[in-house]
Amino acid sequence: MNALYSLVFVFALVLIPLIGVGAAKLNVFFGICIPSTALLVFVAGFVCKVYGWARRPVPFRIPTTGGQQEPYDPTLFKQNKWDNPSTGPQTFMRMLLEVLCFRSLFRNTSLKLDVKNNVVAYASAKWLWLFAIFFHYSFFIIVARHMRLFLASVPMPIEWLEFGDGIMQIGVPRMYMSDVLILVGLLFLLGRRLADAKIRYISLVNDFFPLFLLLGISLSGIYMRYFAKVDVMAIKELVVSALQFQFKVPAGIDNSFFVHLFLVSVLLAYFPFSKLMHLGGVFLSPTRNLPNDTRMKHHENPWNDKGIMPHSYEHYEDDFREPMYEAGLPLEKLPEGAEEEAKA
Amino acid sequence: MAKFSKKPIELLQSIDYTPPRTDWMSTPNNFADGRWAYPGKPEKIEYLMHEMPGNFANPREWSPGDVDWKLPSNWKEIVHEGFKERLNKYRSLKVFMDVCVRCGACADKCHFFIGSGDPKNMPVLRAELMRSVYRKDFTLAGKILGKLTGARVMEEDVLKEWFLYFYQCTECRRCSLFCPYGIDTAEVTMMARELLHLCGININWIMEPVANCNRTGNHLGIQPHAFKDIVDFMLDDIETITGKRVKCPLNEKGHEVIFITPSGDVFADPGIYTFMGYLMLFDAIGLDFTMSTYASEGGNFGLFTSADMMKKLNAKMYAEANRLGAKWILGGECGHMWRVINQYMDTMNGYLQGPQMRTPVNPITGTVFNNAKQTKMVHIAEFTADLIKHGKLNLDKTRNDYIRATFHDSCNPARAMGMLDEPRYVLKNVCNHFYEMPENTIREQTFCCAGGSGLNTDEIMEIRLRGGLPRGNALRYVQEKHGVNTMACVCAIDRATLIPLADYWAPGVRISGLHEMVANALILDGESERTMNLRQEEFEELFAQEEE
Repeated sequence: MNALYSLVFVFALVLIPLIGVGAAKLNVFFGICIPSTALLVFVAGFVCKVYGWARRPVPFRIPTTGGQQEPYDPTLFKQNKWDNPSTGPQTFMRMLLEVLCFRSLFRNTSLKLDVKNNVVAYASAKWLWLFAIFFHYSFFIIVARHMRLFLASVPMPIEWLEFGDGIMQIGVPRMYMSDVLILVGLLFLLGRRLADAKIRYISLVNDFFPLFLLLGISLSGIYMRYFAKVDVMAIKELVVSALQFQFKVPAGIDNSFFVHLFLVSVLLAYFPFSKLMHLGGVFLSPTRNLPNDTRMKHHENPWNDKGIMPHSYEHYEDDFREPMYEAGLPLEKLPEGAEEEAKA
Repeated sequence: MAKFSKKPIELLQSIDYTPPRTDWMSTPNNFADGRWAYPGKPEKIEYLMHEMPGNFANPREWSPGDVDWKLPSNWKEIVHEGFKERLNKYRSLKVFMDVCVRCGACADKCHFFIGSGDPKNMPVLRAELMRSVYRKDFTLAGKILGKLTGARVMEEDVLKEWFLYFYQCTECRRCSLFCPYGIDTAEVTMMARELLHLCGININWIMEPVANCNRTGNHLGIQPHAFKDIVDFMLDDIETITGKRVKCPLNEKGHEVIFITPSGDVFADPGIYTFMGYLMLFDAIGLDFTMSTYASEGGNFGLFTSADMMKKLNAKMYAEANRLGAKWILGGECGHMWRVINQYMDTMNGYLQGPQMRTPVNPITGTVFNNAKQTKMVHIAEFTADLIKHGKLNLDKTRNDYIRATFHDSCNPARAMGMLDEPRYVLKNVCNHFYEMPENTIREQTFCCAGGSGLNTDEIMEIRLRGGLPRGNALRYVQEKHGVNTMACVCAIDRATLIPLADYWAPGVRISGLHEMVANALILDGESERTMNLRQEEFEELFAQEEE
């Protein structure tokens, strides 16, 4: 049901610009007003969210240690520096691997219960990792490629990226690998949510909606480029003019562009308030971004209540002085009459 | 109490990983006997409310099986305010509430899910129990769109569900290892339990040890004179086994080291053999140490109630080190004790260290434990490994030849500290036959004993044995493949909970502490020839059994 709601919702989102631009001719509204508002919401929302996390304290160091600790004797035991870092640079490496290579996800195993043979088995399961990589890297490359629309002269790295992306030289215009892989990635992530009963059970509208939205964006983009063959120069003109605060939309841009742009706007505005913020959150996760060094270095807890004291030894001895004395345990203060008793 | 009588095969057959047809929010919770631990006794709660104000509440007679839990009338407000306070105090909680994408990578990593198939035992869904309330109370979308965003109103059933499932989490952090964002269910569970405590919802197996620990110095409520009696009894046993009287100074001032171990080691099989092992080791090297009856507990059940309570109990270690004038602290084999020491101790209580405390130095080898220079506290596996490396121990490995051992990494030393190689090094130096369990079940991927975080109580035995399936199955695998007959571990909770687990899933395997095995191999100066192990079992019979 959650998947269906999301699908219907994304369809409705596609219809809005089709009607708005196709019938109502609200080109400036859909070409400039909505995207710029969405961009503002995205930037402001993103910053607020990250600031909200960052201003909260991390009272304790709680890294999940995924390997051997820094030993007291490095000649005897070898530290796993990237999974159990104890210094800043090591922690940086851990985060780099986490953010760029999805290292924790790479560890994934799947469970098989063989009742007949009484075996619980765990097999490496890297599918989620692989398709997540496909999706995220394709997405990143596509966003980077789009930068040429915003920049008067296209920087070399983006030229190279574009060249590399289209290096297979299939079709005209040349097919980008990232366009294919993002669809493959998204369809796998969606298929997995639908096919795996466990995952379907935990999936909310919030999980399906972004997938359908991203599919809509990818498909509209692909349609624009390969089928409608939209006028890229006109689009660049629109973007550049908007950046110069001249609210003018050139004529002759295919409607599919407005659909694409509207869906992207929805994504931008939705982003900071959704689970998509894992993009920012992964950098702030205290189990990953802290070194495991609390036995070596002092860290301050900003709200540490120094008024909390242990149940004191004095109270303890007061409670048990007599039996302690009889058992011959050392005491700070002898029980009443004990000295006289000893003298006698 | 519901008696648990399912055979292992029946239990295996009853596991179904297909979730129910109903949406999880509308699936009713099962509060049958055996599904929950007994609640805290009112007098314990009253005592703790007095000792640690603001953390506990609502002492009363009640039962989770009843419809009426006798909650305070303003409980919703208490939970809401408590939640808000913790969202502001802990970045971890706030980030973990916000960033989960429900990818499900954690789903089949939890031992309770593996053994029960209950979808609410998937770490992602366990956290959703709390996240759903977070969305409703603290996010705009949740307030407006409600259920469509996975938000739900905090009702009594939700609170009861929290109790059911946050006491089916042992805070072992295995899910956190696999999460792409490092979301740690232990952290979520800890916060949920703090909120439950504010309404007077708790379990006695945690509250009584905490109350005891505060007053008598240890969970078991052993009073000082009784503690001394027990220790004397063990010294007698050591004398019977080795012909030598070793020492265990108690509450004595002026020793270099104070040794603190979980009180489980003083109290029950097989922990007491490990305790005897420590004392024999200290005798063999002539360590200048004392123990304390006041700080006679390393394990910190406060960790399972609140950050404040944990701090209060932990503070005793430094207080006593100062009173006795010890330079540093040596810590015994314990799981969550080391989580507290490694991750929290200095941050909470470092300022209580007296001026006499020093970076720990092994007085026998001269090794400086720089990795413990802030807390001044060394793990005994590190200490013994150092002694072995420098050849300071006279060991006869063959005395352990009847043992075919495997090693169970305790969750906390493994995933909240990273002490993986030290105990293995010690074990391999005192025992000739060592076999690892399968690789996805050891080291950082280790499976919990299913009795951690205060859940090692018998009324929830079915839950424990289900949760123990992954560990038990891996154990059975090496039992069948290599004839493993002993599982060593460095945790007192393990030593208590792995016994019924092994009896059920891998009958015939015994559970042993690391230093029990060290002491079996250890030759003391002036000892008489040993004919029995620390359990006073005759070597002759043990070796004969092994040859069969």
